[in-house]
Amino acid sequence: MATNQERIAKIVSERLGVDESEVKREATFKDDLGADSLDVVELVMELEDEFDLEISDEDAEKIATVGDVVDYIENHQ
Amino acid sequence: MNLDLSSRTYIVMGVANKRSIAWGIAKALDEAGASLIFTYAGERLEKNVRELASSLQGEHHVLSCDVTSDEEIEQTFEEVKKISPVIHGIAHCVAFANREELEGDYMNTTREGFLLAHNISSYSLTAVAKACRPLMTEGASIVTLTYLGGERIVKNYNVMGVAKASLDASVKYLANDLGAENIRVNAISAGPIRTLSAKGIGGFNDVLKQMEEQAPLKRTVTQEEVGKTALFLFSDLASGVTGEMIHVDGGYHAVGLK
Repeated sequence: MATNQERIAKIVSERLGVDESEVKREATFKDDLGADSLDVVELVMELEDEFDLEISDEDAEKIATVGDVVDYIENHQ
Repeated sequence: MNLDLSSRTYIVMGVANKRSIAWGIAKALDEAGASLIFTYAGERLEKNVRELASSLQGEHHVLSCDVTSDEEIEQTFEEVKKISPVIHGIAHCVAFANREELEGDYMNTTREGFLLAHNISSYSLTAVAKACRPLMTEGASIVTLTYLGGERIVKNYNVMGVAKASLDASVKYLANDLGAENIRVNAISAGPIRTLSAKGIGGFNDVLKQMEEQAPLKRTVTQEEVGKTALFLFSDLASGVTGEMIHVDGGYHAVGLK
């Protein structure tokens, strides 16, 4: 079973067309990984499906880096 | 009489990704044997549409069409004509409003945001119907997507609701303009579905919960279910239906107080 971080890296790399090695904890979606606002919404939906959870609008707005996602998933699983 | 649409060509506008209602419609048309021409707006969506379209069994093409530009619509339909001189229908699944105007008070809508929402979400149907009219020479069926927020107050739907009301009225007037040419124009009012567009509306997860609790069918509906209803409207089974709005929403529109 892949770790959360690996599962997240796979989704992010597929969605944003970046190499999985670039999906580091400190990487920001907008500046480092080149995500636009639609990408972010799509990512949130993919993550909700992958981890079978619901990310509220307020929480989604707070997500800036890959690490934020990893922490959020860890805390809400 | 059957649902075989082979040897017919349909235009599908507004696929954004695999969750799009437009994609549910495209799959239904493809399964019925239809040839498809997809249109997208912007390079970002082109890749998604091309990838999805390549999974279809039937013939398909992908063209750019920015519905805010009459010139681009004209160019797109010149390309359409080269691909297929006759078009049998259009799935119009295009809408847009500024995200910040899809929450809070409707009254805060700006003039610019109001016009943008109406331009893309409502006028585009009329513009496209007009541009496609010379190609719809064998009779045709146009289907657009609307929502309950155009008929009733739906929290946060705001300017998009007003644009949908305009779209709903356009369906009726277009049905009248084009009826003599056996071109039918109808709308499907789909219940909330977890699409990219829907996610842009404030508090969307709560809307889904409310559907599951209150809709007579006690559940949300799927892209595939909207696709099946679209297929009906595109087919000869619906030959007498025009200017109509069909709710595919598990019956939610019929609920008053619960």
